[in-house]
Amino acid sequence: MSDMPSGKPLVTDTNSSILDRAATAAALATPEPLAKKVRGLSDRMVAWIFIAPTILLLLAINIFPLIWAIQLSFTNYRANRPNAEIKNIGLQNYSRILNDADTWIAMQATAHFVFWTIALQTLIGFTLAYLIDRKFRGHAFWTTVILVPMMLSPAVVGNFWRFLYQPQIGLFTYIVSFFTGIPPTEIEMLSNVSLAPWSIIIVDTWMWTPYVMLICLAGLRSIPDYIYEAAEVDRASPWRQFWSITLPMALPFIMLAVLFRGIENFKMFDMVNLLTGGGPGSTTEVASITLKREAFEKWRTGYSSAFAIILFVAVFGLANIYVKVLNKVKNR
Amino acid sequence: MTQQPIAKRSSWPRVLRRGLLENIAIALIGVGFLMLFQPFALVLYTYSFITMLVGTVMFIVVSKFPE
Repeated sequence: MSDMPSGKPLVTDTNSSILDRAATAAALATPEPLAKKVRGLSDRMVAWIFIAPTILLLLAINIFPLIWAIQLSFTNYRANRPNAEIKNIGLQNYSRILNDADTWIAMQATAHFVFWTIALQTLIGFTLAYLIDRKFRGHAFWTTVILVPMMLSPAVVGNFWRFLYQPQIGLFTYIVSFFTGIPPTEIEMLSNVSLAPWSIIIVDTWMWTPYVMLICLAGLRSIPDYIYEAAEVDRASPWRQFWSITLPMALPFIMLAVLFRGIENFKMFDMVNLLTGGGPGSTTEVASITLKREAFEKWRTGYSSAFAIILFVAVFGLANIYVKVLNKVKNR
Repeated sequence: MTQQPIAKRSSWPRVLRRGLLENIAIALIGVGFLMLFQPFALVLYTYSFITMLVGTVMFIVVSKFPE
């Protein structure tokens, strides 16, 4: 650095000399036996020492319970009878779950919930992103307002919407009644068999559409302006520009949002538990609610472990597709 | 005249390349997923888990294969 044409030392030199002095001071302050030991460690070993706590924590709270659940799924273990003999029953739990019509219906309820939430969230989220991307006056303010539901806790949202859905005093019921003319007492969103699944879909859509909007907005902002300028030169109509430029180029981002929300909604528990608790009857009993009932109401731990493993494989499979799509987006 | 380096031919069988097998694995996962949630036949639901499991394990294995 001293042979620089100007002859002036660079700022990095000053920084490095400060660092050198700090390192020397630290080395002098380190007790001799410890310093000897540290000097003997390779970079790789030091890296392992730093990440070891994280790996140990991951093993303790993720991997170990997973392996234990896999082991329990092959047994008749019940957590409320810890002293009872645990028998290995092979694949019986899996066979029972996969031949049980009630569990199949719970899966269909999950599919209904996942399909409609994703369809509505994608449609509304993309439309909002498209409008926000127009950069109208006050768009930053409206973006913040739209993002508010996403920032709330699901527990708060669940209780908040229970009040909105109240037949007598609920604001939602009042608005629906105002526009349709149906008396508010007849609009029982949470206790009507045909309305209860939609009440959860509405809340989830309200809460998570901003998230889809954010991902779509990132996709729309990544499209270079010169493509639109070239399309203008070619006299492409706005409609044609949307179908030939905007939608294809934002599609990987939309797919990412769909997959991400799909995985999340598949595991949905808190909102359903707070709003309907799986009722009325078992109309809104999604897979996670069935799992909770089997595990903590009927105390069939082995059976519920097998069910959890089935759900885990489904989510893990989806996650694999998610990673593949993510790599495609990265390589664009 | 400079000689072009000869590309080393991989001894890995062409049918075992990653791209195709990964797509098959993803298709299996997708089919298994649809079988798990469809409302038409219980027998499809019964075999959904094994289809998904095969797809997932296959994806994990073939994603380590060379391109």
